[in-house]
Amino acid sequence: MIAETLAWLGDPANWSGPGGVPARVLEHVGYVALALAIALVIAVPVGLLVGHTGKGAVLLVGAGNIVRALPTLGVVTLFFLLLAESTPAAVVGLVVLAVPPIMAGTYAGVQAVDPHVVDAASGVGMRGMQRLWQVEVPIALPMVLGGVRNAVLQLVATAAVAAYVGLGGLGRYLMDGLAILDYAEVVAGALFTAALAVVLDLLLAGLQRTVVPRGVRLAELATSKGAA
Amino acid sequence: MTIEFRGVTKRYEDGALAVDELSLTVPDGSMTVFVGPSGCGKTTSLRMVNRMVEPTGGEVLLDGRNVRDADPAELRRGIGYVIQHAGLFPHRTVLGNIATVPMLSGWSRRSARRRAGELLDTVGLPAELGSRYPAQLSGGQQQRVGVARALAADPPVLLMDEPFSAVDPVVREGLQDELLDLQRRLGKTIVFVTHDIDEAVRLGDRVAVLRVGGRLAQYGTPADVLRHPVDDFVAEFVGKDRGYRGLSFLSAGDLEVDDVATAAIGSVPEDSDEWRLAIDAERRPRGWLAPGSTVDGRLAEVDLVAGGSLYRRGTSLRGALDAALSSPASLGVVVDDDGATVGVVTARHVLDVIERHPASVTATSGTANTTATSRTANPTATSRTPRA
Amino acid sequence: MSITDELATYLGSANTRAQLWAALAEHCYLALLPILLGVVLAVGAGWLGRTWPPVRGTLAVAANLVYTIPSLALFVVIPGVIGTTILDSVNVVIALSLYTAALLVRPMLDALDAVPQAVTASATAMGYRPARRFFGVELPLAVPVLAAGVRVAAVSNISLVSVGALIGVGGLGRLFTDGFQREYYAPIVVGVVLTLLLALVVDLLLVLLRRVLTPWQRPASPNRPVAAGEAA
Repeated sequence: MIAETLAWLGDPANWSGPGGVPARVLEHVGYVALALAIALVIAVPVGLLVGHTGKGAVLLVGAGNIVRALPTLGVVTLFFLLLAESTPAAVVGLVVLAVPPIMAGTYAGVQAVDPHVVDAASGVGMRGMQRLWQVEVPIALPMVLGGVRNAVLQLVATAAVAAYVGLGGLGRYLMDGLAILDYAEVVAGALFTAALAVVLDLLLAGLQRTVVPRGVRLAELATSKGAA
Repeated sequence: MTIEFRGVTKRYEDGALAVDELSLTVPDGSMTVFVGPSGCGKTTSLRMVNRMVEPTGGEVLLDGRNVRDADPAELRRGIGYVIQHAGLFPHRTVLGNIATVPMLSGWSRRSARRRAGELLDTVGLPAELGSRYPAQLSGGQQQRVGVARALAADPPVLLMDEPFSAVDPVVREGLQDELLDLQRRLGKTIVFVTHDIDEAVRLGDRVAVLRVGGRLAQYGTPADVLRHPVDDFVAEFVGKDRGYRGLSFLSAGDLEVDDVATAAIGSVPEDSDEWRLAIDAERRPRGWLAPGSTVDGRLAEVDLVAGGSLYRRGTSLRGALDAALSSPASLGVVVDDDGATVGVVTARHVLDVIERHPASVTATSGTANTTATSRTANPTATSRTPRA
Repeated sequence: MSITDELATYLGSANTRAQLWAALAEHCYLALLPILLGVVLAVGAGWLGRTWPPVRGTLAVAANLVYTIPSLALFVVIPGVIGTTILDSVNVVIALSLYTAALLVRPMLDALDAVPQAVTASATAMGYRPARRFFGVELPLAVPVLAAGVRVAAVSNISLVSVGALIGVGGLGRLFTDGFQREYYAPIVVGVVLTLLLALVVDLLLVLLRRVLTPWQRPASPNRPVAAGEAA
C-alpha cells in the first residue's frame, strides 16, 4: 500500500494540469480563503459589537454551540439541494461553519478585556470607537486569532467533505479514489489534506505570535504564572 | 477648579437609590475624601463628576458650569481619573499609557512622550521604566503609572476611586505620602474615594461620610469628623479609637520636653540605675541602655534595648503619645528635623497638654466651611519616623 | 410538494422510521464508544506524563497534530495503517477515539499538575503507592476538567460521525448521502435535526454524570473547556 501510494506520488501525471496536486492545493486554499474572507466580514463586526456592547451575548453563544454540533455533511448536502450548484453551495456551507468560531473568539476576546481597563479607557476620554480600536481590539487579538485558527481547521476539513457534492480541491482525490477504489489516490489526498491543515495552522500560529502586542503576551504570561 | 454637587440623585431603573440628594462643595485646590461602607454610593458620586454615570436628579458643577453641557469625552480628557488596579492598558508601554490623554487631545507623539517622561519623574519612577509594559511592574509601580496617566494633560481636577486599596499596606502608606506631597506641589482639586476611614482622615482636607443608600451623613474636616461625629452611624464608622486618632489633629504647641541621660555609642559608660538613651555621633537615638546593665568595654549596638517610635518636634500630639507609650523607658524620644535628639516626653506631659487646652480640641471642629487648618498637624510625619 | 408535506410523507413510512432508529443507534455507538476509549487513552497519557515528565512535550505536540488532521483524511488513512478494510466501522471508532484523546490530553496534564502538592504528599505519607495514588487521589481531582473536555469531545464526535457516511459508515450521516442522491430534502433535514437533538441529550447526560462523579464540587458550575473546537 505504501508502495502504491509512493507510485501515485511519483507519477508526473498527478502533478500537472487541472487535476494535478498544485492545482488542487490552490483550489482548496482558494475555497478556504474565500469562505474565510466572507466569514471574517460577517463574524468580526458582529463579535466586536456584541463584545463591546454586551448585548446579544446569549444568542451568540447559543448559536455557536448549535453550529458546533451541526453535521458538516448535512450542511453541505442541504445547501447543494437548495442552490443546485456545487461551488456556491459548498462556499455557503463553509461560511456557515466558519462564522461561529470566529464570532465566538472575537466576542470572547473583547469580553475578556479587564473591565478596569475598559473603564479606564472611557474615563480618560476615549470615545466608543477609540476605545474599541485602541484598547479592546489589540487586547482581544489573541483570542480573535484563536477563533480564526479553529475556523480554518474546520474549513480545510469541510472543503474536503464538500468534494462529495462536486467541489474541487484536495477532496476530489478522496472522493474519486473511493469511487474507483484507487486506494493510493485516497491516501495521497488524505496526506495532502492533512498536511495543508497542519501548514495553515502553523502559519496562523506564527501570525498570532507576531501580531499580538508584546504587553498583552507579557500580561498573559504573568497571569498564567500567577495561576500556577 | 471648584466641584459642586447640587442635590445630586442617582436612582437605578430597578428603583434602587445609589445617591440621594447629595449636596457639597469641594473647594478649589483641596482634597475631599468620600468614605463609607460598600453600597453608600461613594463611587457612583465620584463617577458622576466625569459623567461615567449620569445623575437622575440634581447637577454637578465644575466652576459653576454643569458637566452635562460638556461633551463626555472632552470633559473626561480634562479630568484625571485613577482607579483601583490602575486599569493600565496592558498592550501599551508605561510611556504609552501616560501619553494616552495628550495623544487623544491631539498633541504630537513627540511632545506627548516627552510629557510622559516628565511625569514618570513626578510620580517618583525611574526613567528606564518608561519602556516596560504594565505586566512587568509591581502593584505599587502600576498605581503610580495610573496617577501619572491621570496627570498627563495637567487637568485641574483629579478623581481617584480606591486607587490604593489593591496594594499592600506598606506600599499604600508610601503612595499616600506621595499623593500628599504631590498635592502640596500641584494644588489639584481632588475627589478621593475609599472605604478606609484611616486613609480618609490621613489624606483629606475634608471627609464626606456617606451611609448606605447614598445619603451624606457628615461633611467636615477629619478632626471634626473624628471629634464630633453627628450621629451613631458616623461614630461607629470612624471607630472606637477615634479619640486617640483625633490627636493627629492636635498641635503639640507647648509640650514640655525633658532632658534625658545619654550615653554615646563607642564610649565607656559608667554603671547607672536609670534608663539612658544611646546616641551616635550625630546625636541620633540608637536605642536604650537598661538600668543596671553592665557594658563590656565600649558601648555597642548589641548592648541596647530597641527603642520605640520617634516623635518629630512640632508634629501632632498623637505621635508624641505614641512615642512615650512605645518606649521601653516610658520616655518618648523627641528629635528635630535632622533626626538629632532634643529630649524626651512622658505620656503625663502629653495628657497635661490635652487637659490644659480643651479649647484646642474644639478649635478645629465646626469648621466645615473653611479650609482645614489641621494640615499643620500632619499625621504622616509620625508614621514615617524611623524607629530608634 | 412543500417541505412539510415531504417530511410528513417521509416520517409517515414505518420502513423509514425503522431505518431512522437503526441509524440513530449506529450513530450513538460510533460517537460514544470513542468517548470511552478516548478517555482511557487520555488517562493513560496523563499517567505517562506524570510518571515520566520528559514525554509530556511530545504528547502535547502529538495531540495538537492529531487534532489538526481533517476527519475524512484520518478515516481513510487508518485502514492502511492497521489493515482493516476501508468500509469497516472500526476505522471511524479509532479516528474519533484519537480525536477525543487529543482533545483531552492537554487539559488532563494541566489538571493533574493542578492537584495540590499537599494532597499528593499526604496521600504518599498515608502509604499510597504511586499507581494507587494516581487512580485514588489525583485522577478523581482531575475529573471536573476531564468532564469539561468530554463534553466538547462528545458534541464534536456526534457531528463528525456523519462524515463517515462518505466511506459507508455514518449512522445518521447516511441520511445525507441518501438525500443527496435522491435530491430529497426530508432525510437531510431529519438527519440534521436528529444530530442536534442527540448532541443536546448527550450533553445534558454528561452534565448529570459529572455531578454524580464529583459530589464535592456541587453546586459549582462546570468549568469552561480550555480548547473548544472541532474538525469536520
